[in-house]
Amino acid sequence: MENEKALKKNKMGMSHAIQRQQNIVSYIFLLPFALFFIGFVLIPMGMGIVTSFFNYKMNAFEFNGLTNYIRLFKDPVFLKSLRNTFVIVITSVPLVAIFSLWVASVIFDKNSTFTSVFRGVFYLPVVMGTVPVVVVWKWIFNAYFGILNYLFKALNLMPQNLRFEWLGNKNTAIWCILAILFTTSIGQPIVLYIAALGNVDKSITEAAEVDGASKLRTFWMVKWPSIMPTTLYIIVITTINSFQCFALIQLLTSGGPSYSTSTVMYYLYEQAFTYYDYGYANSMGVILAIVIAVFSALQFRVMKTDN
Amino acid sequence: MEIKKNSVYSVISLIFLVLIALLFLFPFYWIVTGSFKPNPNAIPPDWIPKALSLKHYVKLFKQPAGIWFFNSVWMSLSSMALVLITSSMAGYVLAKKRFSGRKIIFSLLVCAMALPKQVVLVPLVRIMNTIGLYNGLLAVILPSVGWPFGVFLMKQFSETLPTELLEAARIDGAGEARTFLNVVCPIIKPAFGALAIFTFISTWNDYFLQLVMLASRNKLSIALGIATLQAEMATDFGLIMAGATLGALPIVIIFIAFQKYFTNGITMGAVKG
Repeated sequence: MENEKALKKNKMGMSHAIQRQQNIVSYIFLLPFALFFIGFVLIPMGMGIVTSFFNYKMNAFEFNGLTNYIRLFKDPVFLKSLRNTFVIVITSVPLVAIFSLWVASVIFDKNSTFTSVFRGVFYLPVVMGTVPVVVVWKWIFNAYFGILNYLFKALNLMPQNLRFEWLGNKNTAIWCILAILFTTSIGQPIVLYIAALGNVDKSITEAAEVDGASKLRTFWMVKWPSIMPTTLYIIVITTINSFQCFALIQLLTSGGPSYSTSTVMYYLYEQAFTYYDYGYANSMGVILAIVIAVFSALQFRVMKTDN
Repeated sequence: MEIKKNSVYSVISLIFLVLIALLFLFPFYWIVTGSFKPNPNAIPPDWIPKALSLKHYVKLFKQPAGIWFFNSVWMSLSSMALVLITSSMAGYVLAKKRFSGRKIIFSLLVCAMALPKQVVLVPLVRIMNTIGLYNGLLAVILPSVGWPFGVFLMKQFSETLPTELLEAARIDGAGEARTFLNVVCPIIKPAFGALAIFTFISTWNDYFLQLVMLASRNKLSIALGIATLQAEMATDFGLIMAGATLGALPIVIIFIAFQKYFTNGITMGAVKG
């Protein structure tokens, strides 16, 4: 006992030499990662913020204050893209969270082969990668060779001579994107929910059921509180991912028809890599980062007080 | 009664689940079968291929698809190796060492994680241009290593390392490097597995980064190559599906073989609380 105390005291008052040696060792271990992190994350982040206040193009680089930001909020295409981004986030986040919780709760307590087969199937669109997923959907949606039109006609839900352009129509294009986004978004939440539900203390749920609580009641009173942190995490990552929706749009519609499917991320890409207006693009990046930060913080707040 | 109601509910939800699962499998099925059908564009479609043909693959490899494929393999393997080395070292000291500045560094990493990766891409392209790496595979590999996800995962896992063991190694006279290599690394092996597979797949699939960094035809990744084919030959779906098979099938096989590691990685990476 005495010995232990002495040891602790000794540790607390670790001599400067040891502390210095610890610092040096730690920084040497951190150095390799730090080089990559500083070079390819921190510096570009800083550059992005600074150049968002510049008129920065292929052949121009001059400070212009808030001009880029003022232009953003007068730019109808940006506002449209911002609106589309919010529509995507607000539609996909709750759907993804609810559906993945449902899938996880159906499969988590079955035998392990069953669980991993279904987990794998729902993860498949994520693993396959955006490009293969998108090209096959583009084929399915194709007006001439796609099976979606064929199915609608086979079921007599569409005139036989119609060649409907799912991706070329203002009203349907965004829904096609949302559907594909949904299939590529639920894999990770399902994995997380399965793990979380598996960690819920079985003796408590069983006790509740013995006491005559219905399944639904057991879920709300026992399971829901203990999977709250997971739900929060899922909502935050799904929000971040939905805000950054880009590849789907670039490959499926290029933001069209007439920007009806453009998002902030897509418009940023277009400004930077089609019009080479780097300063303007970076100001969009800054706004997007702020919006995402605010959203994540809000979600933390709401969920925490709920708890 | 209660039991009966419950079992009816579970049967219905199981049937529903299976139907949805089939819908999730369908795109993959359609890619692979489409790549082997002699005439994939036929309407009404052949739900099950009636004949098999390799003609789309022959056409695919006349594009430099083999090169695209190896570019993807090379990029994914290199960033995997670099991520494993850098983040295991950083994660270990963040979890086990008490050094000045530790808290500040950690919160910096948390902030960077929460920010969207893609908003740094525009300045990143300018940087790569300046240092002459633009349009090269390194321009994709290096930024993938800077992302702090791996460090989090390794830190989370390293926290389970028993401190007594590290002390014992120190008392035995092992230096820091030897302690790390001979004591720490063997224990955090499962985390290595998870992170390896995770990094490989996410680098393979990082289309946006590849899109902005790679330009000339024989520098493309397989994902970019497929996108290019689609832009150039919009309705040659047999060829495009052959490309998609080449891009998706290897990664799907890797995923099936290592599913356990992969799902562990996702759950470990979730910041708890």
